[in-house]
Amino acid sequence: MAFAAFATAEAQPQAPRKTSRIALLLLLPGILYLVLFFLTPLISLLLTSLQAPLEFGDIGQYQYAFNWQNYVDVMTAYWPHILRSFGYALAATVFALAFSYPLAYFIGVKARRWPLLQSLMLVLVIAPFFISFLLRTLAWKQILSDESFVITSLKALSLLGPDAHFTGTPFAVIFGLTYNFIPFMTLPLYTALERLDLRYLEAGSDLYAHPFTVFRKITIPLSMPGIVAGTLLTFIPAAGDYVNASRDFLGGPDTQMMGNVIEANFLVLLNYPAAAALSIILMAAILVLVGIYVKRSGTEDLL
Amino acid sequence: MAVREFAERGADLELVGIQKRFPGFTAIQDLDLKIPAGSFFALLGPSGCGKTTTLRLVAGLEEPTQGRILIGGKDVTATRSHERPVNTVFQSYALFPHMSIIENVAFGLKRRRIGDPLVKAHEALKLVELDHLAQRRPQQLSGGQQQRVALARAIVNRPALLLLDEPLGALDLKLRRQMQLELKTIQEEVGLTFLHVTHDQEEAMTMADTVAVMNKGAIEQMGAPEELYDLPKTAFVANFLGQSNLFAGEVAGATDTAITVDVGTARLIVPKARAHRHNGAVTVGVRPEKVSLHTERPVDSAERNVVGPGRVLDVSFSGVSTQYMVDVPGHGTILVFAQNTGSGPSVGVGDEVYTSWLVEHGFGLDDGAVEAQRFAPDDSTTSIAAQRRDDLVAELEEG
Repeated sequence: MAFAAFATAEAQPQAPRKTSRIALLLLLPGILYLVLFFLTPLISLLLTSLQAPLEFGDIGQYQYAFNWQNYVDVMTAYWPHILRSFGYALAATVFALAFSYPLAYFIGVKARRWPLLQSLMLVLVIAPFFISFLLRTLAWKQILSDESFVITSLKALSLLGPDAHFTGTPFAVIFGLTYNFIPFMTLPLYTALERLDLRYLEAGSDLYAHPFTVFRKITIPLSMPGIVAGTLLTFIPAAGDYVNASRDFLGGPDTQMMGNVIEANFLVLLNYPAAAALSIILMAAILVLVGIYVKRSGTEDLL
Repeated sequence: MAVREFAERGADLELVGIQKRFPGFTAIQDLDLKIPAGSFFALLGPSGCGKTTTLRLVAGLEEPTQGRILIGGKDVTATRSHERPVNTVFQSYALFPHMSIIENVAFGLKRRRIGDPLVKAHEALKLVELDHLAQRRPQQLSGGQQQRVALARAIVNRPALLLLDEPLGALDLKLRRQMQLELKTIQEEVGLTFLHVTHDQEEAMTMADTVAVMNKGAIEQMGAPEELYDLPKTAFVANFLGQSNLFAGEVAGATDTAITVDVGTARLIVPKARAHRHNGAVTVGVRPEKVSLHTERPVDSAERNVVGPGRVLDVSFSGVSTQYMVDVPGHGTILVFAQNTGSGPSVGVGDEVYTSWLVEHGFGLDDGAVEAQRFAPDDSTTSIAAQRRDDLVAELEEG
């Protein structure tokens, strides 16, 4: 869906009117794949989320039922995590946008005259992908741990209190999310800004618009497809992320997000229905939020 | 600060010693220009001659390397584009694709916080007969319609100076005439100063009060269209503004009123008043429509220059006139446009003919002897332009 933003914004070619049998035949493997690996697990997840504990059963034994009470239970138990997930994801998206927009503008607009610099900077944006994001996040944990050079120096300079931590705080989690998703924000913004026709900006300036007004009234609306694609590509995975907020990485006991709760319920507590119900809630909430967002930003074509 | 009111009247524009260098080349070298308020001024030249750069300098979209720009007597060289009382009709139209037509037209008014922007924008759209499309997006309009919107978006602001960058290029002939008329009317009504950049000599000549022919970053000649056409100063002007037959030679003699130029096989007389140089190596010329064809050698007289005999290479009929290409040994090709009035000799390809013209129709260039072609060999565009001009002349005479 959001990937349509990577394609050119030119008029969509008309769909052929006749659907031939060959087309259906060619679609068949894809459809089968989706049914097998997307639809079936989804239905299975939905059914699991409604399961009830097996009577006289062991821990982790459940039977199929219509136990919608599961949803109420997880909502009551985990509403702070749900809110925290979306709060962190929103903050990370805002920070990533604030960081990526100038970067993408520089690469896509200012660096146009130097194609070599442009490609070099793009490679640098993508370079982190060459190493697993788990390793990179662990590296950040090392860099920002209490005994690290950075933190001890800051403490020595009294910029941080003697008891202050960085890892395990909400700030660290949001930092990690922002860091990990910056390329996902930068690339769609770059594709949108790279196509920005500077003559529109000149026309705006010719029509008495202050440079700031030109940016607000012309540059931003024209790069909207990139902004929407980038924020979606950041917000959706960030809301479900369970690595950055995990205690093994940058998080602490007070920074658990929905992903961590689902993981704990599924792997530790063996409460499969609760984990499934949380997953369904996460999916539904993201779907609704994204729907509203896309509708409001007037870029329905992207979905 | 941006201008908050409409300009009362046009402002005069003055360029003083303007120079613009880009890395690797000089776009404009030492340009001085004064355009009086309320005039319709055309900068005419081939692509790459620096005319669009001049326009962008005036609009504030480029900064001059040297020199000053004054609008209405005020130095605006350091003023930024959005603070200049200038609007541009861009060659690419540059209509904002994310706004409707009416929003596009009202954009400048809103920026200047002028009252009733939408009412005024609708009025401007009515002027270009596009009010019924006000709610559409630019992409939904044809090229010609977009151009008219671009025009409306600029004139709605009533700028002291309106810059037009090839604004009528995409219009068909009928609409083009209509828009030319419209532009003239607006210009006369409001007294705006128009600076029109074009490579279309016919458009420049029909619309502008003053035409400046630009070549390689400098103005070759400036004046009223008739003046430029009648008495071109350089070979470039002689061939860019219409077509010319040019002859290079040495001045062989002079009287009080005329010079005689020896061009090899003939001696051509040019009035002194119409020649820029009176001695040494010179180039003289005559417009093709001033040349007449004869099947027999005309009687030599002090009033006529005669060149010939030559052979007709090509005859092309274009309605009101017929073009003859005559190959004269020692001269090359001479171009003759004859009005199809029914008089005059009827000649065909291969016939032997003489060409002649009245002495008072010749002109002498300032260039010296140039190895210039006698007329632009690029027949495809120049002859079309010439034909279009003839058509328009005929059209005007009928109307």
